[in-house]
Amino acid sequence: MKRFWKDLKEHYRYAIYSAKAELKSEVANSYLNWIWWVLEPFCFMLIYTFIFGYIFNSREPFFSAFVFIGLTAWEFFNRCLTQSVKLMRNNKSIVTKVYIPKFILLISRMFFNGYKMLISFGIIVAMVIFFRIPLTPNVLYVIPILITLFVLTFALMTHLLHYGVFVQDLTNVVTIVLRMIFYMTGIFYNIETRVPEQYAGILMHANPMALLLSGLRKCILYGEAPDMKWVGIWFVIGVIVAILGVRKIYKNENSYVKVI
Amino acid sequence: MEERKSAISVRNVCINYKSLKASSIKQSMFSLRKVKQEVFQAVRNVSFEVPEGQILGITGKNGSGKSTMLRAIAGIFSADSGEIDLHGHSISLLAIGVGFKNELSGRENIILSGMLLGFTKEEIMEKMPEIIDFAGIGNFIDMPVRTYSSGMHSKLAFSISAILETEIMLIDEVLSVGDQKFKKKSYRKMKELISNRDRTVVIVSHNMSTLKDLCDQIMWMHDGEIVMYDKPEIVLPIYKDFMR
Repeated sequence: MKRFWKDLKEHYRYAIYSAKAELKSEVANSYLNWIWWVLEPFCFMLIYTFIFGYIFNSREPFFSAFVFIGLTAWEFFNRCLTQSVKLMRNNKSIVTKVYIPKFILLISRMFFNGYKMLISFGIIVAMVIFFRIPLTPNVLYVIPILITLFVLTFALMTHLLHYGVFVQDLTNVVTIVLRMIFYMTGIFYNIETRVPEQYAGILMHANPMALLLSGLRKCILYGEAPDMKWVGIWFVIGVIVAILGVRKIYKNENSYVKVI
Repeated sequence: MEERKSAISVRNVCINYKSLKASSIKQSMFSLRKVKQEVFQAVRNVSFEVPEGQILGITGKNGSGKSTMLRAIAGIFSADSGEIDLHGHSISLLAIGVGFKNELSGRENIILSGMLLGFTKEEIMEKMPEIIDFAGIGNFIDMPVRTYSSGMHSKLAFSISAILETEIMLIDEVLSVGDQKFKKKSYRKMKELISNRDRTVVIVSHNMSTLKDLCDQIMWMHDGEIVMYDKPEIVLPIYKDFMR
């Protein structure tokens, strides 16, 4: 563990810089460049709002903001996880030539996706102002929820990075599993009101994404306090899984280069 | 040569490539029965010392474990048994185009590569003019790297590692980079770097004249083992005969 903090201290600058460089190179060749980062989630929100708000007649208050918060957090989670499977292979030119603690590449990815999420959060703020959503001090719960989200994402990424090196078609499995979780997370419907009660409880507690998302919505949109007991439980689980993952990477990272 | 402190100590190092092949899920499901693992030993029980300030050349035919050895010294992968001790020296593998991002300008890539080699941004900014000057690619430095010709690409890469100096430099056949003019320039730079008596250098090369000119000692590897480790005058003629 000591080694983890030492490596993190030594390399976090690189993680940040390379994330910045990645962002820059992503927009270097497009006409609307960074506007896409706003436009993309915004368009998806319009689609979901239209389909589920009008056609399926969803009656959540502030439905577009409801969908948008869900999408924002989900996209971060989804992107980080999918990208971490192929991370070693995609960074072959780096990992075969210099030694770098492998989880630094994960952290760089998180900065990269986190920055995009930040932009989306800017839109959420705009929506809160636009819809005149009343804010309460409960909005501060956003902070522990996001921290839990980061820890959990990192924890899962470490394991995906490891298995992604050895199992080539892991991407397919991950895509399917993520799609399943996507529908079980309630991005565009409210699990608590739409799912029969006995299942809703299980879903909310066993699926951390559902829990975190509903927490975010509660504290931003409805001024309620989220279920902090379960957020805390998932935070602890996240930390444990992350420690195991980092250990596993440290133990095996030298063989990664031989495989890819 | 007088006794010097060791810069690199390699003791009884073995490096295996197990059949650590990447597999698909289908394969691993059907292959539960056969657990046969092929082990390929790339480096077998190799030990040597490189004193500070020495220039060691490693030669040998393709697939004899030279690059594997070099990577192990650079810490990219660890030895399966034995140990490699760098006595706390900073090290870099002079490698072409570490982490270049094609959409970014040369300037930004210099910072990115430099940070990967473990330098801080300030140190890199300080050396930046020197690197740009040495690379000699003119206005292209502010253009995306994808617009570079392959020669310019390697010139920039070479300049980064050559100017950002570390105490131990590992070089894997990069002396033949760029056009005739740049080749001469980089050769001179190599000599200059090498002439600094505090710097330890390990070069992997097939080029006889390079090895003869630059190195103090030559290590000849064959099938993962050291055949000879001695002065160039002694090793090179025998090696030449062997390769004929």
